[in-house]
Amino acid sequence: MPQVKMTVNGKPASGEVEGRTLLVEFLRENLGLTGTHVGCDTSQCGACVVHVDGKAVKSCTMFAAEAEGAEVLTIEGVAAPDGTMDAVQQAFQEHHGLQCGFCTPGMVMSARALLAENPTPSEAEIRDYLEGNICRCTGYHNIVKAIMAASGQDVSTIAAE
Amino acid sequence: MYAFDIERPTTLAEAVKHMAASEENQALGGGQTLIPTLKQRLASPEKLISLTGIDEIRGICEDDAGRICIGAATTHAEVASGATAYPALAALAGNIGDPAVRNRGTIGGSLANNDPSACYPAAALGSGATIVTDKREIPADDYFEGMFATALEEGEIITEVKFPVPQKAAYMKFEQPASRFALVGVFVAKYADGVRVAVTGASEEGVFRWSEAEAALASDFSAGAVEGLSLSGDGMISDLHGSGDYRAHLVGVMTKRAVAAAG
Amino acid sequence: MPKDSGIGASSKRREDVRFLTGAGHYTDDIDLRGQAYVHFLRSDVAHGILKNVDTSAAEGMPGVVRVFTGADFAEVGGLPCGWQITDREGNPMQEPAHPVLAQGKVRHVGDPIAAVVAETREQARDAAEAIEAEIEDLPAVVDMKAALKDGAPKVHDDLTSNLCYDWGFVEENREAVDAAIKSAAHVTTLELKNNRLVANPMEPRVAVGDYSRSTGESTLYTTSQNPHVIRLLMGAFVLGIPEHKLRVVAPDVGGGFGSKIFHYAEEAFCTFAAKALNRPVKWTSSRSEAFITDAHGRDHVTKIELALDKDNNFVALRTETHANMGAYLSTFAPSVPTWLHGTLMAGNYKTPLIYVNVKAVFTNTVPVDAYRGAGRPEATFQLERVIDKAARELGVDPVELRRQNFITEFPYATPVAVEYDTGDYNATLDKLLEIADLAGFEARLAESKKNGKLRGLGVNCYIEACGIAPSHLVGQLGARAGLYESATVRVNATGGLVVMTGSHSHGQGHETSFAQVVADMIGIDENMVEIVHGDTANTPMGMGTYGSRSLAVGGSAMVRATEKIIAKARKIAAHLMEASEADIELKNGQFSVAGTDKSVAWGDVTLAAYVPHNYPLEDLEPGLEETAFYDPSNFTYPAGAYACEVEVDPDTGKVTIEGFAAADDFGNVVNPMIVEGQVHGGLAQGIGQALLENCAYDEDGQLLSASYMDYAMPRADDVPFYRVDHSCQTPCTHNPLGVKGCGEAGAIGSPPAVVNAVIDALQRAGRDVTHIDMPLSPSRVWDAMNKG
Repeated sequence: MPQVKMTVNGKPASGEVEGRTLLVEFLRENLGLTGTHVGCDTSQCGACVVHVDGKAVKSCTMFAAEAEGAEVLTIEGVAAPDGTMDAVQQAFQEHHGLQCGFCTPGMVMSARALLAENPTPSEAEIRDYLEGNICRCTGYHNIVKAIMAASGQDVSTIAAE
Repeated sequence: MYAFDIERPTTLAEAVKHMAASEENQALGGGQTLIPTLKQRLASPEKLISLTGIDEIRGICEDDAGRICIGAATTHAEVASGATAYPALAALAGNIGDPAVRNRGTIGGSLANNDPSACYPAAALGSGATIVTDKREIPADDYFEGMFATALEEGEIITEVKFPVPQKAAYMKFEQPASRFALVGVFVAKYADGVRVAVTGASEEGVFRWSEAEAALASDFSAGAVEGLSLSGDGMISDLHGSGDYRAHLVGVMTKRAVAAAG
Repeated sequence: MPKDSGIGASSKRREDVRFLTGAGHYTDDIDLRGQAYVHFLRSDVAHGILKNVDTSAAEGMPGVVRVFTGADFAEVGGLPCGWQITDREGNPMQEPAHPVLAQGKVRHVGDPIAAVVAETREQARDAAEAIEAEIEDLPAVVDMKAALKDGAPKVHDDLTSNLCYDWGFVEENREAVDAAIKSAAHVTTLELKNNRLVANPMEPRVAVGDYSRSTGESTLYTTSQNPHVIRLLMGAFVLGIPEHKLRVVAPDVGGGFGSKIFHYAEEAFCTFAAKALNRPVKWTSSRSEAFITDAHGRDHVTKIELALDKDNNFVALRTETHANMGAYLSTFAPSVPTWLHGTLMAGNYKTPLIYVNVKAVFTNTVPVDAYRGAGRPEATFQLERVIDKAARELGVDPVELRRQNFITEFPYATPVAVEYDTGDYNATLDKLLEIADLAGFEARLAESKKNGKLRGLGVNCYIEACGIAPSHLVGQLGARAGLYESATVRVNATGGLVVMTGSHSHGQGHETSFAQVVADMIGIDENMVEIVHGDTANTPMGMGTYGSRSLAVGGSAMVRATEKIIAKARKIAAHLMEASEADIELKNGQFSVAGTDKSVAWGDVTLAAYVPHNYPLEDLEPGLEETAFYDPSNFTYPAGAYACEVEVDPDTGKVTIEGFAAADDFGNVVNPMIVEGQVHGGLAQGIGQALLENCAYDEDGQLLSASYMDYAMPRADDVPFYRVDHSCQTPCTHNPLGVKGCGEAGAIGSPPAVVNAVIDALQRAGRDVTHIDMPLSPSRVWDAMNKG
């Protein structure tokens, strides 16, 4: 079986894969990084979003072999080594942007990608950007609020109660 | 998925050689359509030839004729940000799928697949684009042969798509609520020598040109010119998301909106 | 005054840290040494005779461990149904067998025919393709009314027909209801469908079965909302394993919404196979597989008639419903259209005479069972839509029509068996009118019109019965289980506590909210309280989480157990301070003697309990651990009022939600932030049902909406920010926390608001449309606007 080599969360990672091994399978099964989730098989739900060479990618719709030599960032690599969560993660906790947590890794990775290219997105821009991230629990209200808060915008006037 | 090997050539010549080596070898663009297909075990290639590592077929430039030339392995995200000379095309690319899909999906892959609800076929047909392959150049009018069918021969690889830049253009997409593909998508482009109106999502035959609308708009490029025109629901896709009549109706609505948005 | 900890505080969730950093522990994250994988071969036809299943080619394929078929389960019990309904004649419902793997027939697309266990998933799948299942096609019945016609193909040949039961409620009142309707000044009739839905929690189902030869114990890791229920059903009725040899673990579960309540074939299979093969067996559902194997929801066809007198008072209500059971009875299926639906037909109103008829029907479709709201959305939808229609027919304000018929005195005994303990429907309606800014509607309507769009406003009320349920009552109604809840509170010597609860959290935040309650009762820091759930090995028997019951029932059990702890702690404190127990006060984690400055800290007491040197050993056992089982004396009755504003694009039929306001009365609230989140999620699902989601079959029983490509899940751009309010609080009178539960209200109350709003928009624009069946997709709205 071919070997694949890449950098994951700043550390070299390699393993034996088949041609058909998806990046998400390599992460979850070869590397034991189970934070990235599989929620669908039509590449729509976004629970599997990671960053490959700085870009948000659905890891269930990319082969591990295609990530040869790439820099991959998963949810496990977002918080600081001492465990301090980043601004997006903290905002999600502060604003209750997650319930069951299953879509959350993909949401956080998508949110980080959004803020990297659009540092202060509007509500509409956030909702549009999350088209490929499905959540069944939160109704999206607190997710959008959390992302706006993470970008430094004032969310105190967003109707909640 | 069934098992297969993956080759990742870095030059077009290598890729062509791999494709020619066996009929069981299949080209892999961004994979955003092919991989879901493979997961359902609807295809069983022996080898996938990945095209996204070939720099020479990736990128955006302009040719001497003023056409915007897009390498087949260029991602939707790259077209959305880079095709500034052709704003309607960039906007179309920027609204395909979602951000993560746009970081992988390619124009070559989309056109090679010719999904009857995809957006790029409407842009290519609506622009009178030229599909350049490793073997020849195919005008858009000769390229699309029906739902999921194109003029490409076995093993032929799209390398580039050349778009003449119009005076005005816009793409209006009415999304199918589940897939977010085009339930009906209309690309309208006004050139010095006429108007092209390309429709995706509606017909069982895939993308088509609405010649009646093109003629009306050629003499009067305004939403009003399309007002009295209609299409029959016969031959239109009829499914859970809308009848043929509904799609036919939407073609008219989206055409008018595209004309209005084109300016 | 917002609190920062304890009951009423919006404490941030402690479980978030692991979910946000990729350290969640979901069932698919579990890999056991030596595990094998199973892939199920499923029927791709809706109805057929299963003649022969030839597994010989599959057995020899690479990596295959063993291939199982229905024959392997001939000695094993079928999946049980947990609720027996009695029909109008007093006869039990027709109850077909539900084998783990199909035997003799396949009855829906997705029905499992064989199971291949192999070293890898792909090898299992490869081998499954080599199985030759000989199926003689039979005509399928998909439409319920067609299924009940004479001569219709029978889904189950050993039953007399496809009618599971014909239920009438309250049968003794039927004549009076008929008479009242006949003589009424006005009768409004509405025929409608409550569309079939697929729950689609983002985590697909997983089951990992394991067996230990050294202990003889079977373990099942499963994505379940109620591990104890699975253990009981599977152990007692399917596999014949005593509970002390069967452990069921539901670790982090990624959403359920009801679909993860039921005991499924895959759970029984993996447990059975692990023992048969002496190695772990794992199954992970794909999303496509979920569409044809997870229980679906809703799927009612209803005719409702509302009779009013000349002063617009509701005088009688009569409904006739066909409810789809699917091909087999899922665990709670028969109860959903009966007791969880019929008993809510009074709604918020004083209607004195009500009769509900439900015909539950077998069809060649995936089994249907509870989905967020389970019967109450169906009841609310038909009631609130017919009221709206009546208002329009009578030319009266739909809000005022509701208000004049409100129940205002409590407790209120409805004519459909349930008694509402308390409520104030005028308060939530008034609050709604305030937060929905109805005063500004006309201006917004004009603006929409300028932009070529129609605009409409829909208002409705709702009530629901949750916090399920009183065991003696549900037992009389046919439940085969009790519906109490449990908690063991174990205090440690150094003062921390562990609460082992029979409830389960799959998104509701119990690890935080439950800790708030206990910490508040004792007066200690929330972080000293640890909530443990999900493992039958270390939690007392509980019925799990659904039916908005965890705080109302599970929380009450926890309160009772904690009260026992506090009572014992007071005795210890009294001894330590040489005072009388009656003089002991507990405040902020300190026990003090009234009228003195003597006190001991919580930690002193807990240490004494486990190091009982200065301790009343003659009268009191050492230790500080108590268990309580709590059986509620009634349902709880959250209620409220919702308003939805929509825009409709007349050229395309597309509906957008321009605003949604919800005023709910949940009684007391433990964590406002979590409560809001529950309402938000419910609203999105209700909006999804109303506008987007459609689980559709063709006439051959093929599922047309078998993936997210055709089943429209609500995305972030399908919904706005919501305005939710729970400041109107009439505390539940019969549980110690005074809570009513909030998990399902959003999904119950919202579909009628959306549909009422669209009808309003169309009628304001002069279109003669009185109803459109859900989902109000663009093509369906456009068709309604342009037909006839």
